[in-house]
Amino acid sequence: MSESGAYEIAAGTPDPELPMVTIGDLGILRSVEPSPDGSVTVTITPTYSGCPALREIASDAAGRLRRAGFGPVAVTTALAPPWTTDWITPEGRRKLAGAGIAPPSPAPRRDTGPVPLTLTAPPPPGCPRCGASGAVRTAEFSATACRSLYRCRACGEPFEGMKAL
Amino acid sequence: MTTADDGAALARYCLALGDDALIYSHRLTEWMTRLPELEEETAVANIALDLLGQARMLLTRAGAILGRSEDDLAFFRAGHEFRNVRLAEHGDRDFAELVVRLLLFSVWRLALLEKLAGAPDPGLAAIAAKGVNEVAYHRDYAARWVMRLGDGTALSHVKAQAALSALWPLTGELFRPDPDAPFALDRAETDPVLDAVLSAATLARPQTAQLGEVSGRAGRDGVHTEAMGSILAELQSVARAHPGATW
Repeated sequence: MSESGAYEIAAGTPDPELPMVTIGDLGILRSVEPSPDGSVTVTITPTYSGCPALREIASDAAGRLRRAGFGPVAVTTALAPPWTTDWITPEGRRKLAGAGIAPPSPAPRRDTGPVPLTLTAPPPPGCPRCGASGAVRTAEFSATACRSLYRCRACGEPFEGMKAL
Repeated sequence: MTTADDGAALARYCLALGDDALIYSHRLTEWMTRLPELEEETAVANIALDLLGQARMLLTRAGAILGRSEDDLAFFRAGHEFRNVRLAEHGDRDFAELVVRLLLFSVWRLALLEKLAGAPDPGLAAIAAKGVNEVAYHRDYAARWVMRLGDGTALSHVKAQAALSALWPLTGELFRPDPDAPFALDRAETDPVLDAVLSAATLARPQTAQLGEVSGRAGRDGVHTEAMGSILAELQSVARAHPGATW
């Protein structure tokens, strides 16, 4: 079986907490390396250090490859370089917005020196339902570590946004 | 500064940073269902989860050298074998102490992790680089709350200042020279950020004395406050009642 075939199968694994997007869309899948003997090594990276979905993702991706006829599947975790929301694909961003979750803005870039202190909230994303700007951030965290909570001033609806990381 | 190739020193250091995160994470989860608003409940739960993730990776790194699993290190060590600083084990008595302690801890830990992203050990460097973004978010969350309380009502100001004064004695230990650390961190390096927050929060930097050492030993040497016994009794109870259990 082809290398690209194995990659596509692993990449199609849905995220357990955001099932509308795949681990390929989110940039969680780093590499898939099939060996001539039929075994496959899958490398994934956690979004956050404590992401509780990682073990399930590993087991789901391995299960998909095995069902597709690949041999023994080993899943390894790579921490470096650290995951960033900039790795979310355009397709992933489109799916998130379609599910009512505002995609992240470009991750803050630092040249050198310490991480600057931010005493004011960063600019809010546009509302994924009505498109209006100027939402109010109601909470810095949400149901998972990777999201914040907002309320749209225009349509009044609450919505989640992916934190830029 | 020394011992870059010393596996034992690396293990001790990863254990120290991992224990800080594990014990602090446990203390934060004690707040669950007790916080004033649901939004803060999710915030504190997520911060605790980030720290638990860091703890797991650091204990795993230490365990790879020591030949022990992360669970073995977390659940089957006695209090005097834990290397966390005593600030991590403090039990917050109100919300002001929660956010002030989170600020003091995160300002220090972020400065450490930023340096450690360049550590000689690639494993520790990767864990640290991953933690930088997380702890920066914790720090800024805490800073905004400290500012809001300190520069808020007369009552919230009094409570924030009282929290700062109560916790200040636990900060000296953070900057004790550590022979296992790949890089030294001086208090002066974290002062600009802390002073910026305290100034915005109209809080006065305490001049109080530091919590003493016991015969020259402190948290890193396994000397802890009385709270440590009850923390471990709860944290380790399930693993010790059912050793080796899996689910």
